[in-house]
Amino acid sequence: MIKMELSALKETKPHEYAVRFVFGGACTVLAGLIAKHFGPAIGGLFLAFPAIFPAGASLIESHEKRRKAKIGCDGTNRGRLAASVDSAGAALGCVGLCLFALILWWGLPRHNAYAIITFASIVWVCVSSTLWSVRRYRIFHGGKSRRGDREASR
Amino acid sequence: MCEFIVRFLIGGIVVSLFAILGDVLRPKSFAGYFGAAPSIALATIGLTIAKNGPQYAATEARSMILGAAAFFLYAVCVSWILGRYKPSTLTATVGLIPVWFGMSFAFLYLLHAVVLT
Repeated sequence: MIKMELSALKETKPHEYAVRFVFGGACTVLAGLIAKHFGPAIGGLFLAFPAIFPAGASLIESHEKRRKAKIGCDGTNRGRLAASVDSAGAALGCVGLCLFALILWWGLPRHNAYAIITFASIVWVCVSSTLWSVRRYRIFHGGKSRRGDREASR
Repeated sequence: MCEFIVRFLIGGIVVSLFAILGDVLRPKSFAGYFGAAPSIALATIGLTIAKNGPQYAATEARSMILGAAAFFLYAVCVSWILGRYKPSTLTATVGLIPVWFGMSFAFLYLLHAVVLT
């Protein structure tokens, strides 16, 4: 079951939000500059640049370490496992990202741009959720969970 | 100059929003999908269409497909390396960025050399 845990926001420190904001802004500007200098074919590649991914995965690792340190344990392995699970999720998310781009490529010259962007975003959400459900079903073998997956999904 | 300030602010806000969504969503395996959210694309595509038109944005989107395929390979490598070896996450994620560069430019080269000729 997908749920929101708002208490997780407290785990992120203000400077971590600032880092994401600056990284995100810088990558967006960089993508624009590259498109301006080298043309849209090369600039477009950077619309799928894993800009924030290293920072996000590292934050997940450090949060897990911090959580374990609070109870006096070494969370290095757990942190790495959580980051690995996050990366596997991102890999499947790329399938949705491909479809998102495919819809934009096909639809932008033909239809209303904002309708196409909205449709592509909906497809990204639906494909990501479906792939996650399929992956979860395969992992849990019809509800019988494994300890490692259960721990990593907490 | 003003355009780049607007891009910076919009990009920062959109990427931060997706990162926050990734933080609060559980389980973590689902939150991982937000690592591959089209945040930069959503932040810039509206501005690109307004300035250069939909055909230019469509060309960017075509290359974005290749960038996303390279991202897929990069994320698989990161996941495998983190699971198999013992590097820090930052070392693995930053150290493997050349995989993304190599694959995306190789795909672009193949597209132009094989498909579009």
